[in-house]
This record gives sequence, C-alpha cells and structure tokens, in this order.
Amino acid sequence: MPLDQPVIRFTDVGQSFPGGDGKPIVALDDLSFGIGRHEFVAVLGPSGCGKSTLLRLIAGLIRATSGKVEIFGQEVTEPRDEIGIVFQKPTLLPWFDVLGNVTFPMRHKYGFVSEVERQRARELLALVGLSDFAARRPEELSGGMQQRVAIARALLLDPDILLMDEPFSALDALTRDEMSFELLRIWTERPKTVLFITHSIPEALLLADRVIVMTPRPGRVREVLQVPLPRPRSMKTLEEPAFHELANHIRGELFSRPVAA
Amino acid sequence: MNSPTTSGASCSVDPWQREAELADDAPVKLVKHSRLVLLLDRFAPPLAFAALLLVWEAVARLFGIPSFLLPAPSAIVQALLATPLPVWLGHIWATLRVALMGYALAILVSVPLAVGLASSRLLSRTLYPMLVVVQSTPVVAVAPIIVVTLGASDLPRVVITFLIAFFPIVVSTVTGLLATPDELVELSRSLRAGRTRAILHVRLPFALPYLFSALKISTTLAVVGAVVAEFVAAEKGLGFFIAFSTSFFKIPQAFAGLVVLVAISLILFRLVGLAQKVLAPWSLPKSER
Repeated sequence: MPLDQPVIRFTDVGQSFPGGDGKPIVALDDLSFGIGRHEFVAVLGPSGCGKSTLLRLIAGLIRATSGKVEIFGQEVTEPRDEIGIVFQKPTLLPWFDVLGNVTFPMRHKYGFVSEVERQRARELLALVGLSDFAARRPEELSGGMQQRVAIARALLLDPDILLMDEPFSALDALTRDEMSFELLRIWTERPKTVLFITHSIPEALLLADRVIVMTPRPGRVREVLQVPLPRPRSMKTLEEPAFHELANHIRGELFSRPVAA
Repeated sequence: MNSPTTSGASCSVDPWQREAELADDAPVKLVKHSRLVLLLDRFAPPLAFAALLLVWEAVARLFGIPSFLLPAPSAIVQALLATPLPVWLGHIWATLRVALMGYALAILVSVPLAVGLASSRLLSRTLYPMLVVVQSTPVVAVAPIIVVTLGASDLPRVVITFLIAFFPIVVSTVTGLLATPDELVELSRSLRAGRTRAILHVRLPFALPYLFSALKISTTLAVVGAVVAEFVAAEKGLGFFIAFSTSFFKIPQAFAGLVVLVAISLILFRLVGLAQKVLAPWSLPKSER
C-alpha cells in the first residue's frame, strides 16, 4: 500500500433511510474526505447529523445509498477484519469475567481462544490499566473501567482501524477527561487509524489531528479542521490560547447559521 | 448509603432504612427498631400462613361445616396420614413422570422454535398467529379429544401437558432473544462470526433471564397439565386420586391430594430457581444471588 493513500476514503457518500411518510430521510449527503494511516480524526457534530451512520458505513454494517466508501483502496461491502469498534455503551457480556470479555472477539469469530490470545488479552488489560481486574465481573467495574475493557476488546484482533462511537459520552465529566488522556496514551503505544465520533468540542480538539465538523441533518462536511496543537497533549493543552481559538471557531461554525438544512 | 445502620441490613431498599436515616437521634434506637423489623421480616410469612390455618380450623369447627363441604386442616392432615406412603408414592410418580416429560418436551420444542421466530420475520409472521390460536384453545376442552386420538398411554397426557406449558417459554425466549443490545449484534456482525454463533454466543445467553422466568412459570403449568390429563383418562396419579376421592365424597382425602400437588409444584419451582442460581447466577438480580 502506498503511504500517501488514505486508509479510509469517502467519495460523494450519501445515505438515506425510508421515512415514515414514504419520503426518504437523508442522513448523510455528499460526503467526501480521506483519513491517513495512524491519523486520529474526530467527527464532530450535533445529535442526529448521521455521525453514527458514518461509522457504520466504515464498519461495513450498512451500505451507502450512493457514492463509495473505501478502506485501503477497496470498496467496503461487508465487515472487515481490519476494524475494531468501541460503542457508546461498553456492552460487555455479563456472563464472562473481564478477561473473557476481552477475548470474546476471538472466541466469537473462531470458536476458541488460544493461549497466545489470552496472553495478548492480559497485555491489553495492562495497557488499559486493568491488570488486577482480569477475573472480575463487568458489573463490579465502574463505567470508565467497563469502557476500558471495551477498548481492550476492540484491540484484541489488532485492527488497523479503531472506530469509536462517542465512547466516553455516557461517563461522568471527570472520568471522561481521564479517559481522553488514557486513550491518547494507548494510541501512542499502539498507533492506529482512529475515527472518533463525538459531540464535545474540547474532546475533539484534545484528541484529534483533524476534526471533521458536520452539519445537522442531512449530515454534510461543514469544515475539515487541522488541529496544530503539539503532542503529547496534556492538561496544559487545554489552557493554550490556540485551543480556545479553535474551540471558539468551531462553536461559531456550528451556531452561526440556522439549524434548518 | 453510608448510614451506620446499614451494616446489619442485607438489602438497601428496605423502607425502614430510609426512615432510619431520616430520624435525627442516633443509631441506638435505630438498631433496636431494625432488629424488630428484621424479625418481623423473617417470621411474618410463616406466621400469617399459620394464622390462616388456625382461622380456617376455627371456622370449620365453630360453624360445624361438614367435611364434604370444607374439611378443616386437621381433617386434611388425618386424610394425608391415613393413605399409606406407597400409595402416595405411586400416584406422585405417575403425575411427576407425565409433568416432567411434558415439561421437557415443551423446552425442547419451545427454545428452537423461539430462535426460529426471533431470527426470521417470515417464520414469525407465519407461525405466530398459529401459536396464538393453539394457545387460545382451551386445552382442558381439547384434552378428551386428544385422549381419544392418541389412545390410552402416557402419550396423550404428555401432549396435553406440553400444550399447556410451552407457550410462555416461546414468548419469553423470543422477547429475550430480541432484547439483545443492538451494539452486541453489530459487534457480532462486524466480526463476521455467522448467524449460528451470534445466536449461541450472544442472543441465547442474553435470553437466559427471560427463559428462566418462563421455566419457573411453566413448572406449575406442567403440573396443571398432568392433572388435567389425569382427570380425563387415567387409573393412577394425583389428578386421578383427587377425582376418585371426590366421586366418593372423600373430600378431606381430595384436599390431601391437593396439598401434595401444591408441594410438588413448589419444589419444582424452587428447583428451577436453584438451577438458575448454579448455572447462570449473573442472570439473577444481585439481591437474589
């Protein structure tokens, strides 16, 4: 694969669903962008702008009504092995312990869990800071810890692409900040191409190399914004003038025009 | 809740506890209060039951109600003891055998059927109306027909039991299968694990709490089914025993048979609860583990 080729590429992608009154509801319209290797891209937009639809298109869970979604230059027609997903809710399996949940993708896909994978799962648990919790039940863990397990689970089969669908939005504000820095640390240790969906401006700016700002329904790309803040980012990043300028700029973009399409 | 009184309590939703937290003066009084309430909590159900029996006994004696109308509890116990144990065991075994076979058949048919209904819209649209019709047919009324059709053996009795017990299992299991979180279904799809694994690894385990609820209800229904079948055609079993006793106006003896039936139902119900505790403790609410 040539290095300059985007890992994920959207070309004029549109997505509509059949609506209640027979007229189709347009969720995404005329979406074109590319995401490079090991790039961290945040997709930012108000609720109902089709952010999750966008993620499901890349995951191959749905197919675009029009246009083309490509991964590594191949059109996405079904789910692929290169992708790990972290959902808004941890959705762990209550009948497995933490280790069993992390190894679940292996068990589910191949029907067994090898010792190698089990070891890998332990390493991933160490990576997300949960070494001591391998034998615990999901319900014994806090929301933040459960989401860490979900991240470890998404990394088990070593995907090139990590799709995250508002993964921290169900957490309390303090845990949320902590998890953002944790994710940056994990991403530094295991570089992946990350597509991170969020409706939080600070979260997007803190995490991403680029922010794709979307319009409300139908979802279109309003602006693709470079985030030139230096890495590694920390609490200090939040105090930088550039951070505030960018945040204000995005706020202006999102609220300057009426919400109607 | 951080109240000092919570240490002695097993469950945080007890109303007295909140009351305790509202009171201003101190743990001492509260602990006393809680002990009384705890005692009451434990012994109220058996005490209420005993009181009911006493009132029943008193009413039966005071008003001299003839035993063929409403036998006193003491008369029922006498009848229970008057029938020799081997006779009881023979009847119990006959009923239990039919109930358990019908119950097993109900599970074996219902769970795969539920999987089919939950995974195929076509199947669901085709079969569900039929199932509802079958369920809406009073099995008691059909029972004699079934006996005539299937002849004199355990078979008609097992079929009748099955017909009464299977529906709740199907409905609950379908509900459980469809209650699986969408994200997990998507996770399964994104792994391309296949439909079979999606059902075995994700949907069926998620349906277990629902399945167990239905299995508990169906124990009672299975006993009902066996008894109904025995009313229609049998020469053994508790249903037959009750019908036989009644026809000879041995009402206390019929009531004794009823007591044994209730005991069987309770034990089966408890056994399913126990199985759930052992096999899938996670499927129970925390307070019941």
